[in-house]
Amino acid sequence: MATKLRARLKRRRSPTSESRPVQLLLIGISLLFMAIILVLPLYAVFHEALSKGIGTFFAALGEHDAQAAIRLTLLVAAIAVPLNVVFGLAASWAIAKFEFKGKAFLITLIDLPFSVSPVISGLVYVLLFGAGSFLGPFLKSYGIEVLFALPGIVLATIFVTFPFVARELIPLMQDQGTGDEEAALSLGANGLQTFWRVTLPNIKWGLLYGVLLCNARAMGEFGAVAVVSGKIRGQTTTMPLQVEMLYNEYNATAAFALASLLALLALVTLVLKSALEWRFGEEIAAGNH
Amino acid sequence: MEVRVQNVRKEFDRFPALHDVSLDIHSGELIALLGPSGSGKTTLLRLIAGLEMPTAGKIFFGDTDASEKTVQERNIGFVFQHYALFRHMTILENISFGLKVRPRSTRPPNGEIRRRAMELLDLVQLTGLEKRYPNQLSGGQRQRVALARALAIEPAVLLLDEPFGALDAQVRRELRKWLREIHDRTGHTTVFVTHDQEEALELSDRLCVMSQGKIEQVGTPDTVYDHPTSPFVFGFIGESSTLPVTVENGELWVGGRAIGVPAGDATPGDARLFFRPHDVELVEADASLAGVVSTSRRVGGTRRVELEIGGAGHHVEVDLPFDHPAGEKTRLAFRPRRWKLFPAA
Repeated sequence: MATKLRARLKRRRSPTSESRPVQLLLIGISLLFMAIILVLPLYAVFHEALSKGIGTFFAALGEHDAQAAIRLTLLVAAIAVPLNVVFGLAASWAIAKFEFKGKAFLITLIDLPFSVSPVISGLVYVLLFGAGSFLGPFLKSYGIEVLFALPGIVLATIFVTFPFVARELIPLMQDQGTGDEEAALSLGANGLQTFWRVTLPNIKWGLLYGVLLCNARAMGEFGAVAVVSGKIRGQTTTMPLQVEMLYNEYNATAAFALASLLALLALVTLVLKSALEWRFGEEIAAGNH
Repeated sequence: MEVRVQNVRKEFDRFPALHDVSLDIHSGELIALLGPSGSGKTTLLRLIAGLEMPTAGKIFFGDTDASEKTVQERNIGFVFQHYALFRHMTILENISFGLKVRPRSTRPPNGEIRRRAMELLDLVQLTGLEKRYPNQLSGGQRQRVALARALAIEPAVLLLDEPFGALDAQVRRELRKWLREIHDRTGHTTVFVTHDQEEALELSDRLCVMSQGKIEQVGTPDTVYDHPTSPFVFGFIGESSTLPVTVENGELWVGGRAIGVPAGDATPGDARLFFRPHDVELVEADASLAGVVSTSRRVGGTRRVELEIGGAGHHVEVDLPFDHPAGEKTRLAFRPRRWKLFPAA
């Protein structure tokens, strides 16, 4: 009787699903992993930041250097992200809609920032614009400082975050092909109208994901920026750099206060992404159709 | 609008897709470009549309040279095989797109655009679906929206690229009939590409059979079916059987036997005989094509018999009524009622 029942239960399960204990085990492992790797550190950050009371927390954030770091980080993101949106759109457009020689090479190049250590990308700019280079003194003679100043930080950030938008858009645009654009053109739309009314709406969700990821990385970038910024307190120190400096000075509370703000920005990004998915899920599905 | 394609050549990366093609499309006709894949039919359609530019040659719309005009300037309606509807727009927005993107000076007022879009929606029998999105419609409905969208700009020429290719057989037949009705009502000069000969024969006023980047034959469906001018057309349109024959003494010979078919004015020597499997008569006489039945199967209302003729292993097919007593025999003798001779390849 019992074996019969078990056989029936077994049969009811779809061939690709696992038995209950295996399911629980797999879910358990992933939850445990997430707790140790993600939730625990996040908790530690906020716990440490608030350990000396909410007053100290806000005092640390209100400090002049911290304020400067926050402003600089936001400014860098505000310049780097829009530029990467333009570059990413142009690159993925070219790759997805046209056939040309060296296309595979271009795709590989776009991935380069992912495969190169950020420190090296920073060093490249030091070599390009440093005192011993050709470009550095040349620009300096016109009063333009690149290294240890905002332009260098922006350049390094753009380099590191370049792939996010393009990577998100290339497969999407390749998948969609050029049919919709041809249809729009045949109906009399000019190039600009086709882009605004057909191409852009078709990729808007992918673009938004790319922008959110790009933004999160732009604000959090440490390695490349550390090399080019020179870490001048209150001037070229971004939030991640400021966190490190404070921590090295045994000012743990202030370091974690700023760190928690950075983590919060990342969380907001994720929440925003999920909210958009939830709100426009149907439309996103239709867009990917 | 009359369309004239004049000595058009098209190469892709130096690989020729069309060789010196000329075609006159009459005003108001429904013409099919028919051919196997790779025959250049879609390339020709896209050249007429302006989605591709010819390597050499000219395309005239009426008396004006359209070769140098962009796709926007040509004012054509193009219907794509996979519909290419704008997925983020409602059906109504899709249909009005072509009018909405016009420059202000030629754009009708919004109310007028809406009225015309609704009218077209009615024409394609989709009234009430204007607020839906493309992914909420069936394939057949989407293709009808695509047609309405193309008609909205009052195109000089309507071009359809395998319009029913992605649909199942039944919807295909329905839409075919419906497209013919729309054409008769609106009178647009229409060119459509298909690889389905049945579709082309049933739907078109004239058809243009293409193969390997060349036009093989242009004519009414009856002409092309009854009087194919090349072995390719005979083989591609309708069922056909073929056999190598010899022309001698004003008669056709197979394996040293006269087959009772007069050669007419064909030049003596080797030739190929083409005939339709259903267009044969069974005979008892000596002078006939006789063969051993190698397979025999019933297909619906007919019985298709494959015969091996002579010792050289040539096979031909003939059709018999399914209940014909000859269907039981192991040997059959027949003569084609209508046939065509082409020089040996």
